[in-house]
Amino acid sequence: MNGIHDMGGMDGFGPLVREKDEPAFHANWEGRMFAIANLLIGQGYFNVDEFRHAIERIPAPRYLDSTYYERWLDAAQTLLAEKGVVTREEMEQRGAAPHPPSQPAAALDKTAAKSGKDAARVRAKFRPGDRVVARNLHPFGHTRLARYARAHRGIIRHDHGVYVLPDTNAHGGPPRRQHVYSVEFKATELWDTGAPQNERVYIDLWEDYLAPDPKTPARRAGRKAQRGRKRR
Amino acid sequence: MTGNGHRTIPTGAALRVKALEALLEEKGLVDPQALDAIVDTYETKVGPRNGARVVAKAWTDPAFRKRLLADATAAVAELGIAGPEGEHLVAVENTPSVHNLIVCTLCSCYPWPVLGLPPVWYKSFAYRSRAVRDPRGLLREFGLELPDDVEIRVWDASAEQRYMVIPERPAGTVGMSEEELAELVTRDSMVGVAKIAPPARGSSR
Repeated sequence: MNGIHDMGGMDGFGPLVREKDEPAFHANWEGRMFAIANLLIGQGYFNVDEFRHAIERIPAPRYLDSTYYERWLDAAQTLLAEKGVVTREEMEQRGAAPHPPSQPAAALDKTAAKSGKDAARVRAKFRPGDRVVARNLHPFGHTRLARYARAHRGIIRHDHGVYVLPDTNAHGGPPRRQHVYSVEFKATELWDTGAPQNERVYIDLWEDYLAPDPKTPARRAGRKAQRGRKRR
Repeated sequence: MTGNGHRTIPTGAALRVKALEALLEEKGLVDPQALDAIVDTYETKVGPRNGARVVAKAWTDPAFRKRLLADATAAVAELGIAGPEGEHLVAVENTPSVHNLIVCTLCSCYPWPVLGLPPVWYKSFAYRSRAVRDPRGLLREFGLELPDDVEIRVWDASAEQRYMVIPERPAGTVGMSEEELAELVTRDSMVGVAKIAPPARGSSR
């Protein structure tokens, strides 16, 4: 979803505020919340992609006005209620009324569900050196393809191996594994041509997020013409 | 601007968490002792001292450095370091001409086993939004002015990989032991927002 959480490249959040000798948790309840969420994930009541998406579904004004572990609390309560582990009424009765999310846990997004099979054993579509473009996808559900990367051109630098796609895993879909790549983007490509020439951003992207760069001559020559693709 | 800091008095969160924990315990969904153990782990056992040991070893043991850069998860396991958010570690190395910086623009991904839980500033909206777009300006706010000819590589941890920076070994440390070197290594240097200062010498400066 195009949520407020997807902050890379935004302006307006002001200067950095730092704290000296910061503790792991600033209050007892933060540590308890951290532990509760980790335990619930570890015990399989919900998975980490569902949890991240529940944080993303916090209404934007509330997201911006919450502290970090307040967001964890909202997200955990949302998932416990949606999955029927604990009802909203039970939580309300105990004085822990959950805050409603901005949208329900959507059914599996069509964009995410499009490619049909688990690619665990399928060979990688891209290789280091390949020129790619981050697809201009805008699913309403969960994705780890940050907005600032979409429709921008980069180069595959490393194949990390095969991992479960969050876009389906956050929505009860079957585990779909596919290659994840470290993709290098120039700052001048992501932002504007005035950005420094010697700044680069490396983003880890699942194979579904990527397409061959249509401007790469090697694409027209087909997959056998690997030599042209190695050009840097 | 709570997103850039934190409130000292949470509005109801403490009470809500307490109520939620009680409810979950009643239903037998969470074990209070397991919760205690998790809190204790991140308050007392896991933190940037782990990462500092890794860096000091990389500075003094070229074979380890090579293994670390090739497969950080396996290399840190040699030092007994492993755990959640450290299953797919990647170490990136600073040099005089390349400076690396770690961020998670979408949430708060951070290499827990080597650095502990992230500080509030790492999770702040200011850091998450600016690290990828204006790393030089951001680093200046940390007091780190990089020469224009130094290349900056920003690593946005958007998948399962968790990154740590191997900072440059400071001058004036020849002959120091691994333990002494580890004392110099700061958390901030392993995120890439600081360099490591040469050790203070009583007589010099």
